Amino acid sequence: MSTYVNTSVQHENELSQYKGVLVLGEQRDGKILSVTFELLTRGRALANDLGCELSCVLLGDHIDNLEEVVKRGADKVYFIKDASLKNFLPRPYSNAIVKLCRELKPEIIVAAATTTGRTVMPLVTSKLETGLTADCTELTIDPETKILLQTRPAIGGNIMATIKTPNHRPQMATVRPKSAKPAPIDPSRTGEVIVKEYEGATFFTPEKFLEYIKDTTQEVSIEEADIIVAGGKGMKNADGFKMVEELARILGAGVGATRDAVELGWTTYPHQIGLSGKTVSPKLYFAFGISGKIQHLAGMQTSEVIVAVDKDPDALIFRVADYGIVGDVFEVVPMLIEAFKKLKANA
Amino acid sequence: MLNIVVLVKQVPGTDNVKMDPETGVMIRSGKDTIINPLDENALAEAIRIKNSHENVKVTAISMGPDSAIKALKEAIAMGADEGVLISGRAFAGSDTIATAKAIAAAIKKLDSVDLIVCGERATDGETGQTGAMIAHYLDIPVETYVSAIEVKETSAILKRTVEGGFERIEVPYPVMATVNKDINEPGFPTLKGKLQAKQKTIPVYGPEALGLEPAELGLKGSPTRVVKVFSPKLSRDTIMKKANGTTEPVDELIKFLSGKDVI
Repeated sequence: MSTYVNTSVQHENELSQYKGVLVLGEQRDGKILSVTFELLTRGRALANDLGCELSCVLLGDHIDNLEEVVKRGADKVYFIKDASLKNFLPRPYSNAIVKLCRELKPEIIVAAATTTGRTVMPLVTSKLETGLTADCTELTIDPETKILLQTRPAIGGNIMATIKTPNHRPQMATVRPKSAKPAPIDPSRTGEVIVKEYEGATFFTPEKFLEYIKDTTQEVSIEEADIIVAGGKGMKNADGFKMVEELARILGAGVGATRDAVELGWTTYPHQIGLSGKTVSPKLYFAFGISGKIQHLAGMQTSEVIVAVDKDPDALIFRVADYGIVGDVFEVVPMLIEAFKKLKANA
Repeated sequence: MLNIVVLVKQVPGTDNVKMDPETGVMIRSGKDTIINPLDENALAEAIRIKNSHENVKVTAISMGPDSAIKALKEAIAMGADEGVLISGRAFAGSDTIATAKAIAAAIKKLDSVDLIVCGERATDGETGQTGAMIAHYLDIPVETYVSAIEVKETSAILKRTVEGGFERIEVPYPVMATVNKDINEPGFPTLKGKLQAKQKTIPVYGPEALGLEPAELGLKGSPTRVVKVFSPKLSRDTIMKKANGTTEPVDELIKFLSGKDVI
């Protein structure tokens, strides 16, 4: 049996060596994903509160427009560049991030709660022997201790827990995509772009990336959508569910579904929102024919604005909705489709 | 011989859960526990592999109070060969790091494990990070959000569900896969399995058996601390309308959404 490194309290002097906030950006095919800009909003607020620098790290084989990351709030942008980083693989990505963190010693690292962030952060955390809080909806600095306070929902969103990592650095958290607005471009901002090239051993892995297959049923990826139109059992059948998809198409929105709708075969699992599906926080969430079981609410109740249509006035979904219409989805949804069609035509 | 380990967590049952209408807090009875639903998928996948290949052994591991033996017996009833429980007072208060260390130590006690499967997250903590951390302590690759496992002679091909699509990754054994619900339909206990579960003794490993130091265990071994727990403000100031055959509720909704700057 191998020996374990003791993760108990790091020495206090050691803690104070850690400075600065680092956010973990994401790219696909060299394009920086907008979730990176949301992280810059989060990171900038934390760095301002602490009076420290904000850095952003991106990994890939090539990345367009790294300057934009500076214009949107980073003081330093680290681009870890290697042909093997073209696609995300947990081992080379986590090894490279750990290497950079050992150089930079950031006091806080924030990533997005995407499939990438939620995979790489636990690996980085255990390699750095520190603590991690997943899927936060709020990050603040304790004004007295300057410690990061990480608030996240648990038990299906039925409780909120505030968590801290008092005696270990860096303090690590992932935050829900869409829970912050993307940082705007400020053309006057200046900063540094630093390209990091590490030796090949850093990126060695037995994992082999075979292929990426686009899900043709997701015209708009649910995790990245500003608007989600979701349907439940109240849509009655596959034909009824098509109204959900039609409105989504008109709005350029993602299509969401309850577990029932997926199990009835009206759409596929990648569309399932809730405890055993995806957790989303779009700007606008339409819930049609969804009663609002706890399992579904857990996946969507942090959405900015929630609109619900259901025939049952006591449906739980109305408790989390900002705007509720009690009525038959087959009467109301077609009216909505017409109204948005008109709106889009006039826009 | 392919050695598979399945990690099963016992969680509070959520199907009969009701919400307190005043506080928004979950009301549930203490006795009502289930195997974490995504771990049931992991278990079903291991058993599917066992049933479709020669020489596969499936060991279920759980960490929790003594009552978690029930979850392991259930796993054996569904087709697992062995069960191992990690339990002891010293583990109480473990965060994901401390939990991962204990589970990794238990896995190291088994003979050459090839494939470890578990749910991508549990319905109680919902951190979804223990799996990857265990892989770190075992120094093996991990693939997450796995929706299909193709078992080959010396490697596995894992299909991951990611934003906007899927990825296929090939990894030689040993490898860890955290699975989502799309991978299969959970199985059922069999009569034969139930009989085996009755006869099977489940070994219980405490900190000494796992060679763990007190500083690595429970709250002491956990870098994170819960500062406070509170009920979320569930209800919003809902504007309620009734469908009345006219477009009035919808027109008002459009105005409302325009005002919120979300369309």
